[in-house]
Amino acid sequence: MTATLERTAPARPQQTPRSVRAVQYVVLVGVAAVFLGPLYWLLTTSLKAADEIYQAPPEWWPSALTWENFGLAWHAAPFDMFFLNSTVTTVAGTALKVANAVLTAYAFVYLRFPFKNVLFMGVLGAMMVPGHVTLLPNYLTVASLGWINTYAGLIIPGIGSAFATFLMRQHFLTLPREVTDAASADGAGHLRTLWQVVLPMSRPMLITVLVITAVEEWNQFVWPLIVTNTVEMRTLPVGLLLLKDQEGPTNWGTIMAGTALVLAPMLLIFFVAQRWIVGGITAGAVKG
Amino acid sequence: MTAVGESVRALPDASARPTPSAPPRPLREYGLFALMVAPNLIVIAVFAYWPILYNAYLSLTEWNMIAVRPTFVGLANYARTLTDPAFHQTLWTTAVFTGLIVAGSVVIGLALAVLLNLPLAGRGFVRTLSFAPHVLSGAAVATLWLFIFDPGYGLVRVLLDPLGITAPNLVNDSDGALLALVIVYLWKNIGFAGLIYLTGMQGLPRELDEAALIDGAGAWTRFRRVTLPQLRPITFFLLITTVIGTFQAFDVIAVMTSGGPGDATTTLSWAIYSEGFEAFDAGRAATISIIMFVILLIVTAVQVRIMERRVHVG
Repeated sequence: MTATLERTAPARPQQTPRSVRAVQYVVLVGVAAVFLGPLYWLLTTSLKAADEIYQAPPEWWPSALTWENFGLAWHAAPFDMFFLNSTVTTVAGTALKVANAVLTAYAFVYLRFPFKNVLFMGVLGAMMVPGHVTLLPNYLTVASLGWINTYAGLIIPGIGSAFATFLMRQHFLTLPREVTDAASADGAGHLRTLWQVVLPMSRPMLITVLVITAVEEWNQFVWPLIVTNTVEMRTLPVGLLLLKDQEGPTNWGTIMAGTALVLAPMLLIFFVAQRWIVGGITAGAVKG
Repeated sequence: MTAVGESVRALPDASARPTPSAPPRPLREYGLFALMVAPNLIVIAVFAYWPILYNAYLSLTEWNMIAVRPTFVGLANYARTLTDPAFHQTLWTTAVFTGLIVAGSVVIGLALAVLLNLPLAGRGFVRTLSFAPHVLSGAAVATLWLFIFDPGYGLVRVLLDPLGITAPNLVNDSDGALLALVIVYLWKNIGFAGLIYLTGMQGLPRELDEAALIDGAGAWTRFRRVTLPQLRPITFFLLITTVIGTFQAFDVIAVMTSGGPGDATTTLSWAIYSEGFEAFDAGRAATISIIMFVILLIVTAVQVRIMERRVHVG
């Protein structure tokens, strides 16, 4: 490869030497191992028998697999209640939050209202308020509403939507105005236009917002930790903390089985809905 | 889907009717607007804006959350907190934690993006893999890493034993605990930084890079002089989101160290929780909340200012 050669054919990609390519592949495999290793360790530990977990040094490859740890975890803490609470919180929380985002975005794009741009800045400004700063006042507000240790207390404070509203609004603004105008000229009210025209045209963005919101709701930790106070009302991530404190460092098999139970649904959703999650994340970055 | 087709078919018909852009009853439209946005705006007002005012008020009081009402004490909480050596330690810990994670996110994230931007087989799979931890529960990831770091039976020992190295007890060591948190936090979130950089790189125009290539610039020079400056807006976005996110990191700390050992991993976010919900000192928790809020506002404003200048100059 001489300089003159490069000058005559600048548009052609450089040939990468085989040795460089080999190093690149070694690094790529190393990176994969960094991310796969811990997950492999989690899965195999949760399926190992206790004596194999507690041998020194521990075994990288389990000799036999058992479901025993999952049964133990299920008995050590009420995982059925954790699952129920996490599911109710995630489904209701996601539905209400996304409904809020869609209705608010539609109103701001398609309806007239005095000073609505000022109002919209108010919605966006909520993104500047760090959630952790609101913990104590929100706890006191929820307590004065009598919502401590209830689903309402778990769900309602989180259904206000700024980022999702922003994403939906940006998307609605790209829709051709003629279509919605035609629908309303056709006698369709705004709710029908939203439901039958605007939403079907916004499916990819709607799915993105739904998936991102659901992931956030499922993974919530500090709010369920402070707003619930009985074992029966705990969600999965908080329940896992209880399991860990209770089983201590002496029962890793049980704890890893519990951890796998918390992680599995999100891993599943991630690999199914990956492209929508990635699309939403990068959309936020490009616009932010 | 059919609705779209129907309304499109109705288009010629529609043009014959009175123009839809000026409906005769704006008040009805105002009412509908109010109904549609009210639930969202009310929740935002009550659970995002009101807490700032409520915090400001509580920070001027002393209250154990049992007494009927808070006692007004003026600026005593601020005086007490800002002169407290333990609080200085908390600020320092937060700064170190945030600094390490921001630096790690930018440097490793960039390296990851460069790697995944190479024409290698399987890079899509690795990209997915590296991003996966970002969507996982922080509490569960922290529990997993607590086991990995277990010096007796964890993965760390499996890897270090053959090398003849004794596995360190990072999590229970006051010098190592913060490092353990940084490792876990980066493992969980580095794929996000990588993905953001990768998307940014793939969106860059190729002409500049090719022009530099013709001028005989090497790979490193082209990366430093051509690619990196163009990625500044992305770096800026990452800086802000990482600082804001790291300041509020809680689940990893709560599961792995509970702010300890001693106060080795007590960050602002842990301090707010422990003052408010373990010590039941509402005034102090509110004071630290306001301090955190102000710091994050300043950080954001400064970063925006610096970035605006750089974008205009460069």
